[in-house]
Amino acid sequence: MGVLKSFDDVLRAAAPQVLGAVVRRYGDFDASEDAVQEALLAAAKQWPVDGVPGDPRAWLIRVASRRRIELLRNEEARRRREAVPPDPPPEVRGDDELTLLLLCCHPALTPVAQVPLTLRAVGGLTTAEIARALLVPEKTIGQRISRAKRKIQEAGGRFSLSSLSGRLPAVRQTLYLIFNEGYTASSGPSLHRVELSTEAIRLTRQLHERLPSDGEVAGLLALMLLTDARRPARTRADGGLVPLAAQDRALWNRAFIDEGVAVITEALRSTAIGPFQLQAAIAAVHAEATSAADTDWPQILQLYRLLAAAAPGPMVTLNRIVALSEVDGPLVGLRALDEAAGDPALAGHHRVAAVRAHLLERAGDLDAAREEYLRAARLTLSLPERRYLESRAAGLR
Amino acid sequence: MKYLILIQSNERSLALWDKMSDDERTAFGRGHLTLNDEMSEAGVLVASEGLADPALARFVAVRDGSTVVSDGPFTEVKEHLAGFYLIDVGDEKEAFSWAAKVPDAATIGVEVRPVLDMSGWEF
Repeated sequence: MGVLKSFDDVLRAAAPQVLGAVVRRYGDFDASEDAVQEALLAAAKQWPVDGVPGDPRAWLIRVASRRRIELLRNEEARRRREAVPPDPPPEVRGDDELTLLLLCCHPALTPVAQVPLTLRAVGGLTTAEIARALLVPEKTIGQRISRAKRKIQEAGGRFSLSSLSGRLPAVRQTLYLIFNEGYTASSGPSLHRVELSTEAIRLTRQLHERLPSDGEVAGLLALMLLTDARRPARTRADGGLVPLAAQDRALWNRAFIDEGVAVITEALRSTAIGPFQLQAAIAAVHAEATSAADTDWPQILQLYRLLAAAAPGPMVTLNRIVALSEVDGPLVGLRALDEAAGDPALAGHHRVAAVRAHLLERAGDLDAAREEYLRAARLTLSLPERRYLESRAAGLR
Repeated sequence: MKYLILIQSNERSLALWDKMSDDERTAFGRGHLTLNDEMSEAGVLVASEGLADPALARFVAVRDGSTVVSDGPFTEVKEHLAGFYLIDVGDEKEAFSWAAKVPDAATIGVEVRPVLDMSGWEF
């Protein structure tokens, strides 16, 4: 079992790099994936007998390339064209996984397609695992992935690292989406989803190692680590949400906080600032407070102001108002909220009602607070959030 | 995000169905099959079913620990659920455009309901 597990680990770690190398050389995502699958199968048969080769990746790339050329020749023959000249197999390159990541976050794809494709091709998860994690049937994910590959193919799915800087935002966004898919309640059926956060952190860590000077990749990694650090404290055993202010900070994952703080400190010192870094910096301020009362709200407010300037959005506005009310009191917050609620992006959003409820409660207007909690509970699309908001309303009866 | 597209049957839809020719009814049914395939091929379909006549519905209740199955209060209901599509898409707009393809959208209209998820917000 131990030996099998180690074969599995070697294969899983090598697969994306092998696929990246083959796609880079020969194009055609689908056919390349078939070729890599066959190479992995061959490895699973041969290695236990002959031993793991000295350079497993190079071995896999060689076998996959050979198979890919065969497939190419078959296609060519079918089209009655000349056989392709025998290409030397592509060499192992450190950036193959990155190429593959860029391919999976191709602009021709919607996020709904980018997420499963990235998990499949770069993360090495099976379609069944992805389906379980995303809570949809396996067949649906299978269709989504093959459709995504077809789209990449149609869009000329073969590109180099020259397009790196233009594509990185999409890559960061996809990794962030994968993380968020997994960052949910950690009990019952959602257990599988936790693996998505772990996977997103693993991939982002790799990306950061490869591109240490990209401040936003560093910011994203720090943000994930600092957010994930709170996971053990953010849900009760019954799946209910625990708000940040009520979390038992002793449960926070210290190792993740230390790593996240180190990554964001270094990034802020040495690279151009961006939205992920600002969000990570905010998370770091929360992480460094020994209790909710110790939180440095003036600094958080300042960071939200910078974030609102760099990347304005409805959630940034709401969070800035929460920070403002911590600094200047709930009445100032309520006034700011009334002004912001006119924004069409926020009109009718349940979180406006949730924040208003919270501020009214702090201001002592408990009847109005209760109404707003109930309104927010009716408007939310999240089950844990609805339960949380209902229980806040019940607490004010 | 998941959305449930609900197809209701009511007096209006039954009257429309009544007036349809055989060919029209076949086309209607085929419209559902085609949509099912299209949703499946697009990787958005989670589940879809058409429901049997409400005359076959039974009411299940547990009273004092024992299960009671009865005909239930269905006979007087003027509108009932006839079928549904459960889809997983990027946003509400996408859900609406799938709903617009349901054959019943062109007759009486369909209802689109977001499904609760397990996401959460710390504040």
